Amino acid sequence: MIANYGYKDGSGEYYIAIDTDKCIDCAAGRACLTACPKGMFEIITDDYDDEVAAIKQANRRTVAYDCTDCKPAGGHASLPCTSACTPGAIKHSW
Amino acid sequence: MITAGIDMGSRSVKVVLLEDITVEGAPQLKYSIRKTHLMLPGELDADQAAEQAFGDACRDAGVDRTAIKHIVATGAGRKQVPFSTDNVTEMSAGARGAVYMFPTVKTVVDVGAEEGRGIKTTAEGKASDYAGNEKCAAGAGSFAESMARALQLSLKDFGEYSLRSDKSIPMNAQCTVFAESEVVSMIHANTAKEDIAKAVLDAVASRVCAMVRRVGIENDVALIGGMVHNAGFVAALKKSLDVDNLLLPEMPEFIGALGAALIAAESGAAS
Amino acid sequence: MSAEKKEYWRWEESCWIDPDRNWRDARIVTAGIDVGSVSSQAVIVCDGELYGFNSMRTGNNSPDSATNALKGVLDKSGMKQADIHFVVGTGYGRVNVPFANKAITEIACHARGANYMGGNTVRTILDMGGQDCKAIHCDEKGKVTNFLMNDKCAAGTGRGMEVISDLMQIPIAELGMRSFDVDEEPAAVSSVCVVFAKSEALGLLKAGWTKNKVIAAYCQAMAERVVSLLERIGVEKEFFITGGIAKNPGVVKRIERLLKIEAVKTKYDSQIAGALGAGLFGYTLVMKQGAAAKQAA
Repeated sequence: MIANYGYKDGSGEYYIAIDTDKCIDCAAGRACLTACPKGMFEIITDDYDDEVAAIKQANRRTVAYDCTDCKPAGGHASLPCTSACTPGAIKHSW
Repeated sequence: MITAGIDMGSRSVKVVLLEDITVEGAPQLKYSIRKTHLMLPGELDADQAAEQAFGDACRDAGVDRTAIKHIVATGAGRKQVPFSTDNVTEMSAGARGAVYMFPTVKTVVDVGAEEGRGIKTTAEGKASDYAGNEKCAAGAGSFAESMARALQLSLKDFGEYSLRSDKSIPMNAQCTVFAESEVVSMIHANTAKEDIAKAVLDAVASRVCAMVRRVGIENDVALIGGMVHNAGFVAALKKSLDVDNLLLPEMPEFIGALGAALIAAESGAAS
Repeated sequence: MSAEKKEYWRWEESCWIDPDRNWRDARIVTAGIDVGSVSSQAVIVCDGELYGFNSMRTGNNSPDSATNALKGVLDKSGMKQADIHFVVGTGYGRVNVPFANKAITEIACHARGANYMGGNTVRTILDMGGQDCKAIHCDEKGKVTNFLMNDKCAAGTGRGMEVISDLMQIPIAELGMRSFDVDEEPAAVSSVCVVFAKSEALGLLKAGWTKNKVIAAYCQAMAERVVSLLERIGVEKEFFITGGIAKNPGVVKRIERLLKIEAVKTKYDSQIAGALGAGLFGYTLVMKQGAAAKQAA
């Protein structure tokens, strides 16, 4: 399942997509949890009883603001979360 | 030579007339300002409002408008000024105006009615980098204005009320429309108006601050735009930015128009 | 004579039970409760089939909303809460259904409910709720394969439509049909922000547009907004729309026009998808347990 966390508003579209099929039996030791400087990731038991990564509820409506430290105006080459997730489960839409 | 800068904001039009006076070989700038009444939706078209503001400004200053050869427009409606000779982005105008007022400034925070942005400036007053929150009403002044209305307070009182609170209640809603409902619920739950006002201004400040962080916060930091008049917002922003000193210009909503007029003077001198 | 403040945004609440079914004949009775920020639904499922539902406004207090929603359908059927074997809570008030045996996300519940209401060929679901908008992909069993939710921004949500209803002073249930009564289909107003769209609407009225034309422009804006959400995950047939705005033909027709796909229609109230899915999940769980656990009243 692809879980998209985030929103679209007047200023743009901001979604962090997590491919939960790649999360089950994580090959990276849940590295995303510690890689994110804001600690936005958590592990949840989803509706189909799988243990997968998700963006914390408190951050889902403010992802554009919460990710600013890793995404300066000048651009970014890589992100701590996507680099840490070696199975490639995490994708940012912006 | 007199030049003009006209800032077509989302709520009001600001005009600055700038006069270059040479005194013993040292050029000085003298400026006068004129703001029109608020441009409410549907009441005046953008170009009508611009025309009215400009006409009023010239009349007040006792200047013949045909003598003004360089008129630079800026702001959300900058392309709707038929008599302008050029237009520049709000970033360029804001940077220019802020650096003119505060030569030591390196970061400009511009919070208007419907946009909140961070601008990195050079010593020459150019915008080297910027990040904004455009087209979302929750990112700027109108968010506070809507909530003030929900509490039946003027924007000024709203700001003052917030200063009396020492709580930090986070708001769940990130949208103006939803926040209005949330404020109503808070009122039903008997939350003090002071605490609600602070929660609202903290929320706007943190959104604006996130934008400024994208360009990097470097001293000195200046705040321009109408929200400077809101003491509560200024306090909230200062706390979010975590700076000791936040430079605040007089007549802060005119800084964009001033910047445009300065740019007009430069291009006028060049031609 | 005092002036009456009419609540134009107030939509009709509904309560229904299946007249051809007797719940007492059912082996397993489950309930799904969906407490949303704007509306709440309670659905009773008997042996995996829809038996009855109640849909009402949530109001200010979530725990009471769950109880009140359920009470509506219990009263209508003569059932008592003790007769229900398993209750699943969902929606924003997921944590506020005090008597629920389990909580399941509204995403999974909507997919399951849509699979029942629209049939097992449904693959793409659009839910336009009171304060959120969801785009969901599911398989033939109603299991979610991809989802995207927007509950940050009012554009594309029921609250966005309520704003226009209030502004135009027209009951919300009438907006849809009125949007078609125009001489020419207008372009959309701002589709990116309800606050800006509202300003634009005021401007258009002052410029002489008829109310119907402004409503049409607004419906078009909402359609464009939700279509952009859907296109982020793609639209695969069959396509099904749930939530309150599914009852607004002004928005539904314009979405279908933009996508060039017709949505599957249902005879059931489009707002019950979440609660229905929750009730069906309950049924599956009880079947798995192999025994019915009586619910304490």
